Amino acid sequence: MDGFIELRGIRKKFQGVPAVDDASLTLNRGEVFSLLGPSGCGKTTLLRILGGFETPDAGRIIIDGQDITDLPPNKRPINTVFQNYALFPHLTLWDNVGFGLKMAGRPRKFIDSEVERMLDLVDLLDHAEKKPHQISGGQKQRVAIARALINKPQLLLLDEPLAALDLKLRQRMLLELDRIHDEVGITFLYVTHDQGEAMSLSDRIAVMNHGKIEQIGRPMEVYEAPSSSFVAAFIGDTNFFKANVSASADADYSRLSIDKLPPVLAYNDKKLQTGQQVYLSIRPEKFRIQREKPSDGERLNMLKGKVLDIIYLGSNTKFRVECGGHILMITQQHARFMLDTSPLTWEEEVWVSWNADDGYMLQRYEEADTRLLNLPAEEPVP
Amino acid sequence: MKRSWREWAISLPSMGWLVFFFVIPTILVCGIAFKPRSINGGIGDGWTLGTWLDVLQPSYPLVVWRTLWLSGMTTLICLLVSVPVAYWLARLSREARNWMLLLIILPFWTNFLIRVFAWWSLLHSQGWLKQALAWVGLVSPDAQLLYNEWAVLLVLVYTYIPFAILPLFASAEKFDFSLLDAARDLGAGKLRAFVSVFLPGISQGMITAFVVVFIPALGSYAIPDIVGGPQSEMIGNKIAQKVFVDRNLPHASALATLLALVVLLPVLYSIFTQRRQKRGNGGRRS
Repeated sequence: MDGFIELRGIRKKFQGVPAVDDASLTLNRGEVFSLLGPSGCGKTTLLRILGGFETPDAGRIIIDGQDITDLPPNKRPINTVFQNYALFPHLTLWDNVGFGLKMAGRPRKFIDSEVERMLDLVDLLDHAEKKPHQISGGQKQRVAIARALINKPQLLLLDEPLAALDLKLRQRMLLELDRIHDEVGITFLYVTHDQGEAMSLSDRIAVMNHGKIEQIGRPMEVYEAPSSSFVAAFIGDTNFFKANVSASADADYSRLSIDKLPPVLAYNDKKLQTGQQVYLSIRPEKFRIQREKPSDGERLNMLKGKVLDIIYLGSNTKFRVECGGHILMITQQHARFMLDTSPLTWEEEVWVSWNADDGYMLQRYEEADTRLLNLPAEEPVP
Repeated sequence: MKRSWREWAISLPSMGWLVFFFVIPTILVCGIAFKPRSINGGIGDGWTLGTWLDVLQPSYPLVVWRTLWLSGMTTLICLLVSVPVAYWLARLSREARNWMLLLIILPFWTNFLIRVFAWWSLLHSQGWLKQALAWVGLVSPDAQLLYNEWAVLLVLVYTYIPFAILPLFASAEKFDFSLLDAARDLGAGKLRAFVSVFLPGISQGMITAFVVVFIPALGSYAIPDIVGGPQSEMIGNKIAQKVFVDRNLPHASALATLLALVVLLPVLYSIFTQRRQKRGNGGRRS
């Protein structure tokens, strides 16, 4: 089946600088799809093109078989929740929510019953006669959602809708958004730079960088099988090693040589050839850290290291461990609390191990991308 | 306690200024309207309502009506032109906008009377604007462009338009233009979005523009005197005539009071009804 909403080869330049560079997407009916990327990656431009506020230089937008590329915003079956909410300050919440239906020329009685229903959905019926400046940020957010949804759009665009809210409220609104989506079943396109929001809400995610879509996939795919070093670094934390493919161990696994470390085995799903330069990405929670040398397992990599830092976070502990000049970020979950075992301390010699399947090889960009690698990581790794 | 004392101290000079140079003179003018005139052109003793009977003579309602009509039209045209200009200015780049504002203010560097005379010489039967219009065929060669209400209206609009643009621009600049995107997103056409979101957004500027155009226009004197004729006199001309020619100060005062009442009554009325609305606004719709 063809996708419900299709973006084909969208391009847009601002003063000669490409903001969106050949972006193609397919959205399924009723799904929550996130555009995720750092600021300036072109996600907002893509959203504005979908909303009709920018005209693409090239490419088509098709909704349910209908080409809407040349339609003005008011003729599109799309509504937007704007980043700053953009509530009309001179209208009450009631009239804000009813605005779309009024523009559509619906009868007064119908508008009144729909507005009541929508305000009830977002739990703001008691504030209907207030003006936007009299309510809180979270309430404004809900009004903006109600105001967009009342028009029963084919697609709801959400432009960083939670960016202006504090952490607790953000978490509550995420659940709220999820509930609203379940109730209305409209396709959501959610734009954010926050990977946590994107992962928790979305059916699928498109990761954007420099105007290009780097990867499209379910949250788990994007996290576990990133297609580029950018995606690996942007979604979650990871450890990168510059490596060379030195030999093929068998059909699926390759031996990598890394500066100042013993040879390391990694799963080679990209059929990389001997001699190629790659990044090896290992997520912090994939490592095991222990005092005794682990028994040789099949395809188990192990390194000897020294604990530099311990950050106890209750549910888990983060270790910074130095192995042959490389500094690793390691996260250990606390499955059991054991009083009798003495915990690891600073300067202690430890063994770090991981399964070859958990090391993920990524092709290097042509240009130097150290900047990219350090971008979202809290700790600069290698 | 201390703070309110300080606030009083700070506002005292301006309050004093207003009381001495505005409130007291207004009361004096109002009072003189109830005094008889003296033979030598001053104010006589005692009190009388006779002046008011003179003021209500048939020629005045026409002048008052013309004054209201010209000022009202001036305000309307100024607003109609200035609102789109303010919108356009607010969307310009900062640099371009500063240049445009400079151009708008530039005419103020020429004396007001000279600018009105310039219009006089343009519209004069030998003036080049008149000649040009006649040559194009828009007016007949022997048409008289000066000395009528339209000439007065034209020059009034010309004079007051910057006063309308500036406050409108000030509020358009503060307007959040993403609201227009939101309105378009919700199905409003370009014009509909402009009317239902932009205009309410700059309503404060519109009120200010109305006040700074309409009220000075009501008191116009020089413009109708120069480009208007006896058939297009405004109340300002009548007041001047009563003071300088007829030397009838009570009569002039009565006219001035009449003008003030014409302005004040609608304002008082609107304040009164707004208050009542606020008090009565409790019930929720539907």
